[in-house]
Amino acid sequence: MYAQMIKTARSGVKTRDEMTDQEREFQDKIDNDIKIEPRDWMPDDYRATLIRQIGQHAHSEVVGQLPEGNWITRAPTLERKAILLAKVQDEAGHGLYLYSAAETLGESRDELIRLLHEGRMKYSSIFNYPTLNWADIGAVGWLVDGAAIVNQVALQRTSYGPYSRAMVRICKEESFHARQGYHAIMQMAFGTPEQKRQAQDAVNRLWFPSIMMFGPSDSESVHSEQSMAWKIKVKSNDELRQQFVDQTVPQIAYLGLDMPDPNIKWNEERGHYDYSDPDWSEFFNVIKGKGPCNVDRMNARVKAWEDGAWVRDGLLAHARKKAARNMAAE
Amino acid sequence: MSNEWPLWEIFIRGQHGMSHRHVGSLHAPDAEMAIKNARDVYTRRNEGVSIWVVKAENIAASDPGDKGPLFDPSNSKIYRHPTFFDIPDEVGSM
Ligand SMILES: [Fe+2]
Ligand SMILES: [Fe+2]
Ligand SMILES: [Fe+2]
Repeated sequence: MYAQMIKTARSGVKTRDEMTDQEREFQDKIDNDIKIEPRDWMPDDYRATLIRQIGQHAHSEVVGQLPEGNWITRAPTLERKAILLAKVQDEAGHGLYLYSAAETLGESRDELIRLLHEGRMKYSSIFNYPTLNWADIGAVGWLVDGAAIVNQVALQRTSYGPYSRAMVRICKEESFHARQGYHAIMQMAFGTPEQKRQAQDAVNRLWFPSIMMFGPSDSESVHSEQSMAWKIKVKSNDELRQQFVDQTVPQIAYLGLDMPDPNIKWNEERGHYDYSDPDWSEFFNVIKGKGPCNVDRMNARVKAWEDGAWVRDGLLAHARKKAARNMAAE
Repeated sequence: MSNEWPLWEIFIRGQHGMSHRHVGSLHAPDAEMAIKNARDVYTRRNEGVSIWVVKAENIAASDPGDKGPLFDPSNSKIYRHPTFFDIPDEVGSM
C-alpha cells in the first residue's frame, strides 16, 4: 500500500507467556481496542515498526504529488487545473499529518526526510510509474487513490491514536480525489474514439501497478503477523486487494472499457471477482529502485529539499532575530 | 543548533460557537507563519473560524502513569451526577 513490505522490528509473535507484565498490559489494551497514545508505554519494536510504516506512508503522500503535479500546467481546462491543484495540495497536507504522527513517536520530520533522500526509506511503488497523458491523471485519482482509500479506511482502526486520527482526516478528503478522477476518465471514455482509446490505455497500464499497491500476497508477507497482532495493520494484503478489485470492476464496466485483465470474472462460489496476480518480479524490481521513474522521483525530491534550504534557513534566522529583539525589549 | 522549524500544536474553532479543538500540528519558524500554515493545512474546507497555535514545547501534559490516582477518585463520587437523586414524578422536571 502506501506502506508496503514494512519490516516488523521483530519476527514472530510473542505468546502471552513470553510477555512481561508490561507487554501483557499493552497487548490487552490493543485487544480491547483502546488506542495507544504518544506518552503511553509501548514496546520498542512497536514504536520502530510504526515509525517505519507511518514514515513510508508520509513519503508516499509527498512523492505522490509528482506524477500528478506533472499535469497541472497541462490540464485541459481551467476547472480541471484548479481541481488537480487542490487535489495535489491535499496530498501535501496528508504528508504533513503523517509526518506529525511519526513525530509523536520521537522521530523528527527532518530525520525521516534525510532517510528517504539517502535511499534508506521507501515510498509506494506506484509513484514510480509515469503519467503519460491526461487520461492517466483521471486513472490515478480513480484507481490509485481508490486503492489508497481501501487501505486507509481500514487503517482508521489502527491501534496508534495519532495514526488513526490522521487516517480519519485523510479519508474525509480522499473521496474527492477518487471522484474527480473517475469524473475525468468518464468524460474521456464517453468522448471521441481517440479519447476512449486513451482511457483504455491508461486503465491497461495502471491496473496491475494499482493492485500491487497492497503488497505481496499474505503467504509471502513475512512481516504481517506481528503487525496484525499489534493492530498496526488491520486487514491482510489479499483481503484489501480483493475489496479493491470487487469495487472497481463494475466501475470499469460502467465506462464501457475492456477489463485490463482477461481473467477478471465473477466467481459465484467465492462471492468475489477472480483476477490475475500481478507480476511480482516487476514489483520487487520497482521496490529495489529499478522502476521507470525511481531516479526522477528521488532527484525531484532532493532538488526541492535543497532548493528550499535558503527559505527554511532564512525564515528561521528571521524568527530567531525577532525573538531575541523582543526578549531584549522586555 | 538544529535548523528544523519548531513544532506547533494547532487548535481550531469550528463554525458552531464551539471551543477550540486540537486538530494536529505543523512546523513553522514563528507564530505568524504557524497561523498562516494552519489556515492552509487545516481549514481548506471551511473547518474553522479561528485558529490558536501553541509551541509544542510549551504544552505540559499529565503523565499517563498517573491516570489512576488522577482520575479514579471521581468514580466513587456518584452523587455528583443528577441521576443519583430520586425525585418523585409529581414534582415535574428538574
Ligand atoms: Fe493522500
Ligand atoms: Fe489522495
Ligand atoms: Fe494519494
